[in-house]
Amino acid sequence: MRFFLRKKLIQLVLILPAVAMLSFALLQLSPIDPVQAYIGADMLQMSEAQRQQIAQRWGLDHPPLLRYLHWQKEILTGNMGQSLIFQEPVTSVIARRFFPSLALMGAAWLLSGIIGFILGILAGLRENSLIDRAIRLYAYTLASTPTFWLGMLLVIVFSVQLGWTPVCCAYPPGMDPADVSIGQWLRHLLLPAATLSIISVAAVTLHTRQKLLEVMNSDFVLFARAKGESTWGVFYRHALRHTLLPALTIQFATFGELFGGSILAEQVFSYPGLGEATIKAGLGGDIPLLLGIVLVSALFVFFGNAIADLLYTVIDPRMKQATVS
Amino acid sequence: MLHQRTRALVTAGTCATFLLAIMAAYYFLVPETLHTNLSLRNQPPGLSHLFGTDWMGRNMFLRTIAGLRLSLQTGLMAAAASAVIALFLGLAAGIMGGWVDGIISWLIDVFITLPHLVLLILISFAFGGGLKGVTIAVALSHWPRLARIIRAETMQLKDAPFIRHARCFGRTPWQIGWQHLLPHLIPQFIIGLLLLFPHAILHEAGLTFVGLGLSPHEPAVGIILAEAMRHLSTGHWWLAVLPGAALLLMVKAFDILGENMRVLLQPRTSQG
Repeated sequence: MRFFLRKKLIQLVLILPAVAMLSFALLQLSPIDPVQAYIGADMLQMSEAQRQQIAQRWGLDHPPLLRYLHWQKEILTGNMGQSLIFQEPVTSVIARRFFPSLALMGAAWLLSGIIGFILGILAGLRENSLIDRAIRLYAYTLASTPTFWLGMLLVIVFSVQLGWTPVCCAYPPGMDPADVSIGQWLRHLLLPAATLSIISVAAVTLHTRQKLLEVMNSDFVLFARAKGESTWGVFYRHALRHTLLPALTIQFATFGELFGGSILAEQVFSYPGLGEATIKAGLGGDIPLLLGIVLVSALFVFFGNAIADLLYTVIDPRMKQATVS
Repeated sequence: MLHQRTRALVTAGTCATFLLAIMAAYYFLVPETLHTNLSLRNQPPGLSHLFGTDWMGRNMFLRTIAGLRLSLQTGLMAAAASAVIALFLGLAAGIMGGWVDGIISWLIDVFITLPHLVLLILISFAFGGGLKGVTIAVALSHWPRLARIIRAETMQLKDAPFIRHARCFGRTPWQIGWQHLLPHLIPQFIIGLLLLFPHAILHEAGLTFVGLGLSPHEPAVGIILAEAMRHLSTGHWWLAVLPGAALLLMVKAFDILGENMRVLLQPRTSQG
């Protein structure tokens, strides 16, 4: 376990600066002039001297390498710079938007995990039956569905036609976030979370089904059956624990897809989370904020992958046995 | 009941025909798509306009066809570029090993650590957005998975007797790669390429939808759906439902095509 943690820590130390360097270099490449992206249409009314002044204030007159080193140094002290579109430190933008996103992704993660696992089991227990075919068709179709379109469908059905849920945002527009009740907040979370859950179900379902089929076709299951065990008994006493861990692993290993999906879902519902901020930063040329989110999302994915690895290599009793002997 | 391979051939053929039909339809319909007809605004779907019309009286079916073709085209180009990058890097890592392999594997790790959509936004921003930015972003971000597969395959083949013999006869690594390894990797490559299309097209549509892609005048599916967002609450459901369903159908067609090509090209791995 300690060995595992040390290995992961070294990997993290190697990969994060690489991600930072790559994204910094990419943004450096951009032909989009940050000053122009910031000022927008008022650019015509600005004199060259005013432009120079802004560029100088942002340190754009320094060479890229110097800027990169400066940025790295500041990040190590916990300062990610100033967001241009929100006019406040990047860290506080991210901190404020992290919780709504986490709630959305957490809800979707849990729901899709449970539903996907059950669907996978139902499909895998009766291979090629009608229910198996139906579940497979459903999962494969979901894998081809654009996330944002699904969100729009839900809006049309539940918000516009039925009027059950609000059309957008994380709370009623114009309200002070501090006054929002838990119920109101949950109601606004419902559709984005449903969108993200429905999309994320596909991976767990197919993976669980595959693993269950492998187990159900193994020798020890054949032996259990020969002793007279029923299908349900075989599943409950033998196959369940073989499928639970892979399902959990894949849920952690797909944090990247979850984050990507949340960007689209948040955009459809104007939900004020990290994903919506990513798009605002991308459209508004807010490089400090974009870089900050890139680092946070990389950390998030790395964390998920590390847990998946941990489950796979350390928690699994078979693997533990293998590493000991 | 048809034989499995025959069935796969028929299914793959149907999907390919469907996709070609979308491409062909565009060339017959193109002048019509831009017509605005203000007397036919906000018409629900009917026989004369299958997908209804929008607030400017434009025929949504024709716009959707044009949009699908645009997505298809950028998706194809970008996926092909990504597959070639994957083939090249995977082969290089597999053949050369050592530090080359180290660098390529590290690059794959870095790319995979970022959520794909964040990476797409980053690259698209780096190349100035627009159609160019989106295409480059999709092209430069889809290679890691296929590169990993090709690298593993190459490593496995490298110790095969016929490769060792070739090496003994003084063939250079690149000669071996080109003449002996490549023919074995072609099926993997084609299947990988086909299975990249759905992802590429969905990502292109997603980027366009959030506004990082094409200019609002071009009828990409993402643009059409982003415009429909503004008309959701007025009850014009067809503006969003039908173009999106058409996109789903197209992506699904690619997916089915890819899966059936796997059955045809790799009979051994496709069983069960």
